[in-house]
Parts: sequence; structure tokens; C-alpha cells
Amino acid sequence: MKRLLRSPTAVTGGVLLLLVVVASVAAPLLAPADPVKPSFGRRLQPPRLLGGASAYALGTDNLGRDILARLLYGGRVSLVLAASAVALAATAGVVVGLAAGILGGRLDDFVMRLADVQLAFPVIMLAIAIVAVVGSSPAALVSVLALSGWVLYARTVRANVLTIRRLEYVEAARTLGASELRVILRHILPNTLAPILVIGSSQFATMVLLESGLSFLGLGIQPPQPSWGAMLAEGRDYLSNAWWLATVPGMAISLVVLGANLLGDGLRDVLDPRL
Amino acid sequence: MPGDPAKMLLPEGAPQSAVDELNRHLGLREPLWIQYGLFLRSVARGDFGQSFQYRSPALRVVVERLPATIQLAATAMLLTVLFGVSIGVVAAVRQGTAYDYAGTVLAVLGQSLPNFWLGIMLILLFGVTLRWLPTSGFQGWTYLVLPSVTLAAFPTALVARLTRSSLLEILGQEYIRTGRAKGLAEPVVVLRHALKNATIPLLTVIGLQIGTLLGGAVITESIFAWPGMGKLVVDAIFFRDFPVVQTILILSATIFVVINLLVDVLYTILDPRIRYG
Repeated sequence: MKRLLRSPTAVTGGVLLLLVVVASVAAPLLAPADPVKPSFGRRLQPPRLLGGASAYALGTDNLGRDILARLLYGGRVSLVLAASAVALAATAGVVVGLAAGILGGRLDDFVMRLADVQLAFPVIMLAIAIVAVVGSSPAALVSVLALSGWVLYARTVRANVLTIRRLEYVEAARTLGASELRVILRHILPNTLAPILVIGSSQFATMVLLESGLSFLGLGIQPPQPSWGAMLAEGRDYLSNAWWLATVPGMAISLVVLGANLLGDGLRDVLDPRL
Repeated sequence: MPGDPAKMLLPEGAPQSAVDELNRHLGLREPLWIQYGLFLRSVARGDFGQSFQYRSPALRVVVERLPATIQLAATAMLLTVLFGVSIGVVAAVRQGTAYDYAGTVLAVLGQSLPNFWLGIMLILLFGVTLRWLPTSGFQGWTYLVLPSVTLAAFPTALVARLTRSSLLEILGQEYIRTGRAKGLAEPVVVLRHALKNATIPLLTVIGLQIGTLLGGAVITESIFAWPGMGKLVVDAIFFRDFPVVQTILILSATIFVVINLLVDVLYTILDPRIRYG
């Protein structure tokens, strides 16, 4: 932890992420207006810095809704979806990887072939196809995102298990009469934690990108619910007269992704000196 | 999102009997597993079904869009290799200098800017404000500039980082010192001796990226109205044109697998120590 705090990369990333998370959590306190209710008299107001009405720090969109409010509430949706997806993918991937590594045999073969098949489809293509069939409810989105992410964990954990289980200290634990379950939970799992953390952090960035990409295409969060991807898509039609509409949510996405990527890089440098 | 293709095909307010009739005609009333069985049987015969939207074989509809996708993907790949490798080499050779730092920052940004946002910002700058380049459609090479730059940003960053790290690792090895000791010029050491040995991991990543790009630069194609497979799949989903969606999925998975196979074969040519089987 101390080493982590001394890594400028990890600290910068962590602070960026923390800022966005705090702002999103505090959305009801910070948001100056309702994020969904249109007010047609105030369409496309420029942000305050550009000489707009002082009531709108980031201006208003094509339906007169406050962009700052939409940004804050949209962040909640994006972050919660991405975090749940990472948690689900990690849990499923770790369980599958542990099972495949420890039980071996047919299960191992089957799961690893499944992973190969999964990797043969471009992620965004697969996500689009699934969303097209099962719909774009939040639960469906999280499942789709998690489905695209479990393979990384499963492969890493499996590979780790295969090396760790032959190490002497695991043999020693077994000789001392530790049950198989205890060996797995106490001795094997903790030693695979570092790579899982690293993958999780970088994957959070990927998930935010994927979710906003889907919403951008109209396949994610449905309007009028604010989401960063959809805000960008709406802003695209007003590029020539109200460029801030598309610029602001894009910056928010970039900040989160940048933060998560930096944190992931920093974590990797600290936890895994070999790489 | 799930929906009834028949309702999309028929005019608004069509009677339920017409919807049922059309669904029966399209074979959409059978249980799913029967539909799937029939689908597999026809695919094995090379029949991917009829596109609901275009009223012609789905495979033909998809293949017609393939050249545009290949053109875009190839241009983006060219940019990626050109810029990614150069940035990586410069950053590695000048490790710790301003060049290295600038390259790293550029690479981190390239991996963090969502490509749909990057695309829109490029449109805003070069299309709307400066009016230098066209922003949508497909009529000549100027139309290729913005989409291919947008598409290349992420893989370029990836390749630059990888080139830098593998080159740095190799430059620390004994045989490089030997090369320098016997008086070889620095460019020869770096480009001929070091870079050559860094190609294997690079090739893996580039191969994976080619597969992803060919599989459909879904978002980039949608932004720039590029008439390739990626735009087709999004349109097909909104039209519930399932045969086209299925065909594109199968085709892109096939392309992906074939390219990875080619990469594996290339390994054995580039590094005779690698042998399979």
C-alpha cells in the first residue's frame, strides 16, 4: 500500500477516479437542476465560461436540460454498470479458473475451449448481438459486459493455480491435513489476487468504454435516462451550433478511462515487478 | 430491443393476421431449437438466409460491404504499424528523455479517449470548423482520412507501448552489447538486431487488432457513415434483420480465427525455433 502511494501513476489514476466517483455519488446534492425534465424555453444555452446564462455551468442541451445535472446522473449509471460488470466478470472468471485449474480433466478442456470461442468474437460485435436479442435493461447490459470479460480472469487464475499447487508450501499444507477447500481458499486464492486486481482495474476502463459505446449506438441505457454515451450521440447533431453538447460527456468518459488505466498500470508496476 | 421482424416489415397498423402470416412465412413461429437446427443446416450448405430488409441473400448483402471495411481496416492498420512502431522505437532508444515522456503520454491518451468521442472531435475540428475534410460517406481518399485516424488511435497506442517495452528488454541483453562493442552503428543495432527480435509479441497484438478491425469497426463506421460491415450490423439490428446479423457474426468470427492462424504460421517463418506439433 505504501509503495502504491509512492507510484505517481497509481496516485494520479486513483485521484481522478475518486473525483468522478464522489461527484456521481453526490449527484443529488451537486446537481443544480432535474436531469430529465425538459425546459424548451432554454434550449442549447452555452456554458458559463462561454458567456452563457450563469445558471448553467455547462450549458443546456437540445431539450433545455442542464448538462451538468445530466453529466452527474449519467456518471452514476455508467460507473455502477461498469463496476457491477467487473465484479460479476471477476467472480465468474475466478470461480471458473479455480475449478478448471484444480479439477482439470474434461471440465478444464471444456472451459478453455469455451474461452477460445469467446475470444474469437470481437467484443463489441458480441455485445451488440446479445443486446439485440435480450434487450438493453441494466441487468442485461451488466451480463453482456461481464460475459465479455470473464475469460481474462479465468485464464490467469487457471495458469496461476497450475503453478502454485505444485509449490512446496501447498504440499506442506496438505501434509498437515488441510482439506482441499482450505488449501484452495487459504493458500491458492490469496496468491492469485494481485493479477486479478490489475486486470480488474484496467477492465473497468474497458467496461466504461463498452457501456458508453453501446449507449452511443442507442443499444445501451435508453432515454430519457441520462448516460454519457447517449449524451454524446445526441450532441453529434448539434456540432455546428452547440459543440459543448458532445464535448462535455466525452471528457467525462475520457477522465474515468484515463484514471482506471493509470491505476491499472500503477498497480501492475507495484504488484508485479516482473512486467 | 427485442422485437418482431414482421412488425418492422409491414406498414404501421397492419392487422394481426398479416403479422402472423408473415412470421409463419419467415419461419419465426417454430420453436427456437428447430429454427436453430434449420439455420445450421442451411449454413452448412452455404445458405445464410434472406435479408428481411434488402430482400436478397444475406451473404451477398454482407459481402458487398466487405471491401469498404477492408479498405478502412487496412488503412488504419498501416497507420498503426507506421506510427506505433516509430513512436515505440524512439521512446525506447531515447528512454527517460522528453521524447520518451511525450510518447508515453500520447500512448496513454490514445488508449483512454473513446474512439466515438475522438471521431466526433475530429469532425468538429476538421469538418465543421476548418472545413478541410469531408466527414461522412465514401467517395475518394479524402473521405478515408478521419475514419482511419479515429480507428487507428487505440491500436497505435497499444503497439507503441508494446514496442517500447519489448525493445527496452531486448536492448539490455548481452548480444546487443556485443553488437555495439564490435562497432556496429547504433541504427543497425536497434533496427536490425533489436527490433527484429521484438517482432513476435508485436505480431501477436497486431494480428488480434486486424481481426478486431475487420470484424467491424462498428462505432467508427457508424459515426462516419462508412458503408462497411460495422454500419450494416447496427442498421440490421435496428431493423431486426436477423439473417444479416447472424451472417456478419459468423463471418467476423471466421476472419478473426483465420487471421490468428496466419499469425501462428508467420511465427514459424520469422523464428525458426518455433515449431508446432
